[in-house]
Amino acid sequence: MLRLEAMRAIYPLLAERVVVTNMGAAPAELFSLGHRPGFFYVEHSMGLVSSVALGIALARPELEVVALDGDGSVLMNLGTLTTLARHRPQNLLHVIFDNEVLLSVGRSFSTATATGSDLAAIAAAAGVPRTGTCHTPGSLAAACREALAARQLAVLVAKVEPVGPASYFIDLHLLENRFQFERYLRSLRCGGEADQAPTGEPR
Amino acid sequence: MEKRISATSRRSEHGARRDGGAPDPLGYTAPAEGSEGNPMPVSAASSKVVYEGLKECGIRLLSVLPETWLVHLVSLAEADPDMILVRLAKEEEGVGVSVGAHLAGMRSAMLMQNHGLLASVNGIVSLAQLYRVPLLMLVSYRGGFGEEHPWQTEGGGVTEDLLRALRIPYLPLARAGEVAARLRQALTLAEASLRPVALLLCRDLMWEE
Repeated sequence: MLRLEAMRAIYPLLAERVVVTNMGAAPAELFSLGHRPGFFYVEHSMGLVSSVALGIALARPELEVVALDGDGSVLMNLGTLTTLARHRPQNLLHVIFDNEVLLSVGRSFSTATATGSDLAAIAAAAGVPRTGTCHTPGSLAAACREALAARQLAVLVAKVEPVGPASYFIDLHLLENRFQFERYLRSLRCGGEADQAPTGEPR
Repeated sequence: MEKRISATSRRSEHGARRDGGAPDPLGYTAPAEGSEGNPMPVSAASSKVVYEGLKECGIRLLSVLPETWLVHLVSLAEADPDMILVRLAKEEEGVGVSVGAHLAGMRSAMLMQNHGLLASVNGIVSLAQLYRVPLLMLVSYRGGFGEEHPWQTEGGGVTEDLLRALRIPYLPLARAGEVAARLRQALTLAEASLRPVALLLCRDLMWEE
């Protein structure tokens, strides 16, 4: 399946949740489907998307957090799967789009998933209670819905084609995205407008 | 949620026979989980001062990768029901966790050895600095004057140069009396500048010998 098709299939789930993505094609495609203030695109710092999502999930257990990751990024920080498993937040869904290549470098250099490394099996062996591999947009959407309904930490691998958009440009500066996202998370806690001042301790 | 091997089942006394089997020529001792039984002279009093300083600053989440100088601090966090203790596989994950916590409105700190700082550099640069997120980093400063372990010395030799290269403001914590104020100042600067700030936990503070 195409990653864009997979993302379109789960977009309704994403739109109403807190979403953290990795760099490159995935944020460009998600942005093309419609940006939301609850979407945070982690450009660069490969491997840390799931760690950012873990920090949000632990700090705000009332939120449902979805991390959109890639095989290349996860392979740069495999230990994160053991950290997720040991803290096991119920409000975290980690989706890994696995295209078996490092796409954004311009030529398709294969990753270890091309030669048999199975990220869902690695996640399961790390102790993640709910894992799976999906090959169609429909099965991915169903697996995501079930994982969120189960309120159980899940790592789902979506096998996708190694193709992406012509440009990774997003018309939203990364700092604009960052401050908008922080303000949005604050507004959810305050239960008010996004621009409302924090009511908690002074920052 | 975590499976733990109890400290008692793992511990064996220095030089004692283990499992009724062969003599133990190396004098193995398994590390205790908490501070009890820790043979290293890490300062429990200073650790408590540091921990209380973090609490007074409103730190609610600590990400850690334990090392000898940090055992009491980790134990204090373990015993504190109001502290979220995130146990990492590698220190760089802690940058991501702290960034997430900050965006979610929670104050956090990273607790690591200076070699963990070395292991976190890309996350610090490409996440915390790129996205202007305050990070409070407490770094045990191994490998300085008085260091007896050869393997700590190279990291000790580059720690301050690395912090300067990364343009990370830092101060040493060498005396218990300066801890609370410097923690407050570090957090204030981190949040005003939206950048990482480091405090170096020094031998004179952390080690009693």
